[in-house]
Amino acid sequence: MNVPRDAYFVVAALAGVLIVSSLVGLLLHRHATGETRATVNNLNSRILAWWVIVIVVGGASLAGRNVLILLFALVSFFALREFITLAPTRRADRGALVASFCLILPAQYGLIWIGWYSLFTIFIPVYAFLILPILAALSADTNNFLARSADMLWGLMVSVYCISYVPALLTLEIPGFQHRTVLLIAFLLIVVQSSDVLQYVSGKLLGRHKIAPELSPSKTVEGFVGGMVCATLLGASLWRITPFSWRQAASMALVISLSGFLGGLVMSAIKRDRDVKDWGHSIKGHGGMLDRLDSICFSAPIFFHLTRYFFTP
Amino acid sequence: MRSEFAPIAVALPAGIPVRTSVRHPREHTSRTGLGVESIVAGAFVCATRLLTCVRARWLECESTDAPRIYFANHASHMDFLLLWSALPARLRRKTRPVAASDYWHQGALRRYLAIRVFRSVFVERDNPDRSANPIAPLVEALDQGESLIVFPEGTRGTGEDLLPFKAGIFHALCTRPDTELVPVWIDNSYRVMPKGAVLPIPLLCTATFGPPARITRSEEKTAFLRRMRERLLALRNA
Repeated sequence: MNVPRDAYFVVAALAGVLIVSSLVGLLLHRHATGETRATVNNLNSRILAWWVIVIVVGGASLAGRNVLILLFALVSFFALREFITLAPTRRADRGALVASFCLILPAQYGLIWIGWYSLFTIFIPVYAFLILPILAALSADTNNFLARSADMLWGLMVSVYCISYVPALLTLEIPGFQHRTVLLIAFLLIVVQSSDVLQYVSGKLLGRHKIAPELSPSKTVEGFVGGMVCATLLGASLWRITPFSWRQAASMALVISLSGFLGGLVMSAIKRDRDVKDWGHSIKGHGGMLDRLDSICFSAPIFFHLTRYFFTP
Repeated sequence: MRSEFAPIAVALPAGIPVRTSVRHPREHTSRTGLGVESIVAGAFVCATRLLTCVRARWLECESTDAPRIYFANHASHMDFLLLWSALPARLRRKTRPVAASDYWHQGALRRYLAIRVFRSVFVERDNPDRSANPIAPLVEALDQGESLIVFPEGTRGTGEDLLPFKAGIFHALCTRPDTELVPVWIDNSYRVMPKGAVLPIPLLCTATFGPPARITRSEEKTAFLRRMRERLLALRNA
């Protein structure tokens, strides 16, 4: 895969944004007192984690298709590991879990690697859906059978199927956009993650009214509106790196941020049900891998299919 | 990896003098520099982290250099690797597992792993004639400034509860009462690889290090073992 020149500009722009935010974080850290200290420290560890994420994902994008697919396979592995840790699986599910980690996950990314669209879109919803309960049934433990099977399937759908739609963007063949599909990934990730950050920032600055106190105490109406508006504007401003016009880019960005926000709510509901605050502890300041990915899980498939429906022949 | 980390089920009168035991010729090779063994050990630590992302929580407990006995719940073959990988590298180099001699001397691979890679301290499980003091190797390692990892339940449990403790650590401590005992609760390892499982499943694990304890003068064996067991259980939901 030839790396389009725009990709270098995108990486440079992100580095610029991070340098500015790191400087702001440093300034805030100097002037923070008392109770704001904890917030500022959390902000700074988040910024530090962003450096790592941008370097890893940006590096993989510039390194080419194989590395990028491998990176997202690893991300899925970590996400599935977090999901299953909190799932009430039993001894009898070991066969199904080994199959999920060792067969289904690699197979899904293998299908994306060879670009077999008609199979990678149904592999988990159809075949894993059938195989997992069969494996669980063969081990003859009927305790909470449906709940256990559903948990494992949800884990696969969210952490493998949905996330695999990010590298699947590379398989799209858009006229006039050949060899530049990696920029679709950049567009998706930048819009989703900035939407999260902008919601967080506008929530912290202006937040008054909680939007879903039972699900996520930190999400506010002001944060939601601010995040959506800013992310849409950001998406529109990125239209040059996409196959879209600026209006189309704005609508895509709006759909992406909206589905990302709702995905975050769904994943929060699961966390509340499991009685945990974070999915894990692998990314300092953010919690687990899934805490960072929840909005991508829900927006990646929608973005993929919208783009495929409207922009490929 | 198959392992059998030792039940130290021996009954000895407290406070016996320590005799030197017969050692395996390569048993006490200490690891220096970048030998093959430290690379293999590093590979095990990396694999454990990839599989479990093991996180160490130190509750009212500092990671210090003084020789200690870490005692933990035992439900899986992963337990030793989890505890060992959770330790800071500086401490890991001088922390050794207490392992069952009979099991770990079977086969070249096991011997290599137990002796050269993990530098296990061996105890005899079946020692009917009491020809050698079974805890002597433990005391010797402590005297050399090294820490030990023991699983005082003696066998792998279900992961939900703790079995009664065997008396091995009690006897070791009677001769070295200044040694600190650190309880370590290992969470989730039985789900990663329960008894009888062949393949591990990737799941997040935590090792919680609790406040160190010492044996008190005149403390009776059963009371001491019960106290230690309660300390470990207290970490389960901490």
